[in-house]
Amino acid sequence: MINNSLKTLSQMLAKKEISSVEMTQTFLNRINQYNPSINAYIALDNAKTLAQAKVADARIAAGNAAPLTGIPFAQKDIFCAKGWQTTCGSKMLANFIAPYDAHVVAQFDAAGAVNLGKTNMDEFAMGSSNETSYFGGVKNPWDFDRVPGGSSGGSAAAVAARLCAAATGTDTGGSIRQPASLCGFTGLKPTYGLVSRYGMIAFASSLDQAGPMAKSAEDCALMLNVMAGFDVRDSTSLNHPKEDYTRGLSQMTGDKPLNGLKIGLPKEFFGDGLDANVAKVVQDAIAEYKKLGAELIEISLPSSHLSIPVYYVLAPAEASSNLSRYDGVRYGHRAAEYSDLNDMYMKSRAEGFGAEVKRRILIGTYVLSAGYYDAYYLKAQQIRRLIADDFVQAFKQCDIIMGPTAPSTAFKAGEKADDPVAMYLQDVYTIATNLAGLPGMSIPAGFSNGLPVGLQLMGNYFDEARMLEVAHAYQQVTDWHLAMPKGIE
Amino acid sequence: MALNITDIKRIAHLARIDISEAEAGATLTKLTGILGLIEQMQAVDTTGIVPMSHSQDLVQRLREDVITAINERELFQANAPVLGNGSAEKAVDGGLYLVPKVID
Amino acid sequence: MMANNNWEVVIGLETHTQLKTNTKIFSGASIQYGAEPNTQADEVSTALPGVLPVLNGQAVECAIKFGLAINAEIPERSVFSRKNYFYPDLPKGYQISQFELPIVAKGAVIIQVPANGKNAAYEKVINITRAHLEEDAGKSNHGVVEGMSGIDLNRAGTPLLEIVTEPDMRSAAEAVAYAKKLHELVQWIGICDGNMQEGSFRCDVNVSVRPKGTEKLGTRREIKNLNSFKFMQEAIEYETQWQIETLEDGGKIQQATVLFNPDTGETKAMRSKEEANDYRYFPDPDLLPLEVTAADKARVQATMPELPEAMKARFESEYGLSNYDAASLTTSRDVADYFVETVKHGAQAKPAANWILGALTAKLNTELNTEHKSIASNPISARLLAALLKRVQDNNISNNAAKQVFEAMWVGEIAGDVDAIIEAKGLKQESDSGAIEGIIDEVLAANPAMVEEFKAGREKAFNALIGQAMKASKGKANPAQVNEILKKKLAA
Repeated sequence: MINNSLKTLSQMLAKKEISSVEMTQTFLNRINQYNPSINAYIALDNAKTLAQAKVADARIAAGNAAPLTGIPFAQKDIFCAKGWQTTCGSKMLANFIAPYDAHVVAQFDAAGAVNLGKTNMDEFAMGSSNETSYFGGVKNPWDFDRVPGGSSGGSAAAVAARLCAAATGTDTGGSIRQPASLCGFTGLKPTYGLVSRYGMIAFASSLDQAGPMAKSAEDCALMLNVMAGFDVRDSTSLNHPKEDYTRGLSQMTGDKPLNGLKIGLPKEFFGDGLDANVAKVVQDAIAEYKKLGAELIEISLPSSHLSIPVYYVLAPAEASSNLSRYDGVRYGHRAAEYSDLNDMYMKSRAEGFGAEVKRRILIGTYVLSAGYYDAYYLKAQQIRRLIADDFVQAFKQCDIIMGPTAPSTAFKAGEKADDPVAMYLQDVYTIATNLAGLPGMSIPAGFSNGLPVGLQLMGNYFDEARMLEVAHAYQQVTDWHLAMPKGIE
Repeated sequence: MALNITDIKRIAHLARIDISEAEAGATLTKLTGILGLIEQMQAVDTTGIVPMSHSQDLVQRLREDVITAINERELFQANAPVLGNGSAEKAVDGGLYLVPKVID
Repeated sequence: MMANNNWEVVIGLETHTQLKTNTKIFSGASIQYGAEPNTQADEVSTALPGVLPVLNGQAVECAIKFGLAINAEIPERSVFSRKNYFYPDLPKGYQISQFELPIVAKGAVIIQVPANGKNAAYEKVINITRAHLEEDAGKSNHGVVEGMSGIDLNRAGTPLLEIVTEPDMRSAAEAVAYAKKLHELVQWIGICDGNMQEGSFRCDVNVSVRPKGTEKLGTRREIKNLNSFKFMQEAIEYETQWQIETLEDGGKIQQATVLFNPDTGETKAMRSKEEANDYRYFPDPDLLPLEVTAADKARVQATMPELPEAMKARFESEYGLSNYDAASLTTSRDVADYFVETVKHGAQAKPAANWILGALTAKLNTELNTEHKSIASNPISARLLAALLKRVQDNNISNNAAKQVFEAMWVGEIAGDVDAIIEAKGLKQESDSGAIEGIIDEVLAANPAMVEEFKAGREKAFNALIGQAMKASKGKANPAQVNEILKKKLAA
């Protein structure tokens, strides 16, 4: 059962082959068994979870079930969930019980889904290995010596180890896609503004976007149906008509379902810095797409090499301001001893934040400070436009852009922990879409030395449905997405 | 635009993050590395390029001026931090959040 | 105070005007004054993790109204920025404000500076640099717990329009005239309740001095949070004198923020900040650019009341009022509305103006600390005043009798309408010529000496005879008739 698609799980529930309580208990048992070693979850509350499952069972019995009703999901600990400990992976919020629901959480609740718990993450979503979490690192289920990627590392490990049916994540620079690549599952970062950010703890407001992390494109489509939608409480939420993201999936059959599809391959994504074995897996996947009828076109994203510099100005700048509210006054960590107000601020924040978060706050503070704003912040915003314009040009030539998601497979815990610059390069292929606000996806494309490799798909604004079809077509003829790590069956 | 220890201390103070001498030194090394990465931007001529703050060129939506909030003080203040300095009480009194005396 | 003729004072004002909305600028929490601490601090005002701002349309409408009222440029796009600093009453660690692109750009306000001693009254144009939308901070209460401050976030997020002038004012009197004019204008157009005690209208005054005849601005000090015009006058006068004396003593002015102490009448620099402020402004990524189209402006324009300048001109042309009366009636929207109502109910314009600016204003001034402190809450409605004035117009009562009726109406002594009061008090004017003739005959008979004096050419005796006649009628005789009949009789 644990490897079943959301659609199958839903059918099982509908046919009363299993109740939501039983299904939920199965996952809770697995969590009980594996989480102590994997550390995918920060917060668990079985009573609350099973109560939700009971409500779902009643709803199914009453014939009011929606497609996700009764299915157990994991929520990244970046989403406020009323009555749940909501920490964002930080000591700062270790004791924070969210008094309200994030839009995403409310949407899952309304759909009748069951919340298994809150998943581990890099502190305030700042990291690419989950090693910055105050609650400890997360093991990559494919190799416990390796990281699951980040920042949505807990959700990633939970999906890969089948400790949930699927999970939510957020992606500011690659935090859904890079872990999807490193843990071998399907993850989608939607168009910026498609999913409301209300109740999602902010890292970099102009880049943060929530999305599904699941086994397959079809699962992601079902989840996006629930997550996407206009929300008046988020000024950047897009008033885009509701779509059914599963609508085209069933047409992805036959010999050449992708006839006419133009796939752009940015030459900048296949150069230096890309692991040769990863490149090989990605090339093979692209060859598979050719077999499915797609046309391959070499394109160029000439400014994309500037994505990392631009990102490491803009994201820390926004973060330095977003994280100013953690001052020990109204909630969160307050130092045990302090002499005056200023001392309280300085100590509470020094103690409550981890090293990487502090580093980014300092960079952000610096680039916004008097005398540096134009050279850093303004310049980065200008180059951001150049990077976005690259995509505008590219999508005149092709429908979907493909390339590697991450430059390597999962690396060993501790390997890059003390080298921020090396760590930052993990997101070299994913950040550009965040800067442009475009949707991006990672799908399992094979293995290199026993470790998963992801293929990245990038689409034009609001092209999620098409991207999901293109991913689904590949998943109809391959079974990389069904592969499970050894030792957790 | 090379950073020095004084810069680190200045921005740490602006950000209200206590930093020891030893930490300041280590932070300087790391931040210098990161700024080196960022420095690549300076090679690009951005004359005349309109800065991009948002990914879509949209305008602000307006909210109707209608009261929608209710009093949730008790719920919110359940999260108030512990007062500290020897007190294990929550840092609230009479509905107010308590902080060390503010001096103008 | 301003005795020193070698120096010129230069003043600019920044005024925080609390906008008249139901809810906060970025959330649906009430802004009602005086609620229990933190009961109006919703998740956005408390800056809980994950919350986001959504702009209140009414606040935008208020800002547009102000822009239209001062004939300002209202750019098609303005931008909200974050002003970053740490303070316990600032829950996000930044204030959402407008920095580079405010909603209202350059405009102007015309002020009337009143006569002072041998200086005549004059008008002056004060240029407005900008006006921008921003959120208010919360409040710090001191002394609730020993050594601690208590933070109340009810006020956090209250919509403010910060109105900034050019350094165009050259005296405390000009600054006060501007502040009063602005205070009236924002109430006139209905964007602010003007309540200074509750902090709805707060002024920061930038003061610098320079040697007369020089161009270069001196170093300024900013007097923060003045919430009365009297204090503003005193603070500016003290500050100006202090700066002049400091400079004449060879000292230098340090840029500073100062507070005015009403008890001592002195200004004093706030504990100097340990660092120069570095607010790290940047566009708020949670908010999109605010667009104000020509259609938006037209829509708001259609809801604008007639502005004081226009109304003053109309009062002069339409009602033949003097420039002074028209100006006085239009210093306040409530007074102007009351006047218009009174006339609408049938009173003649000039007597109505005289009564409103005379008896009624005097009454309101003496009752300043009672519930009847504003014309809007005065116990005599415009309809009642009009009814009273009509009785004067149609000779039913004399002006003096009208004053007695007015007093009775003010204290609510007799319920009912004007006529009932006149009747009850027996104030109806005697207009029966036969009766008046009888009274005059008696007066002439009783005062032969006066009659002789009049006939000898002494005009004063005529007035004395009228006085006697009025007295004999107990003030009820119609004075015009008495005058006419007496003239006739004396000529006979």
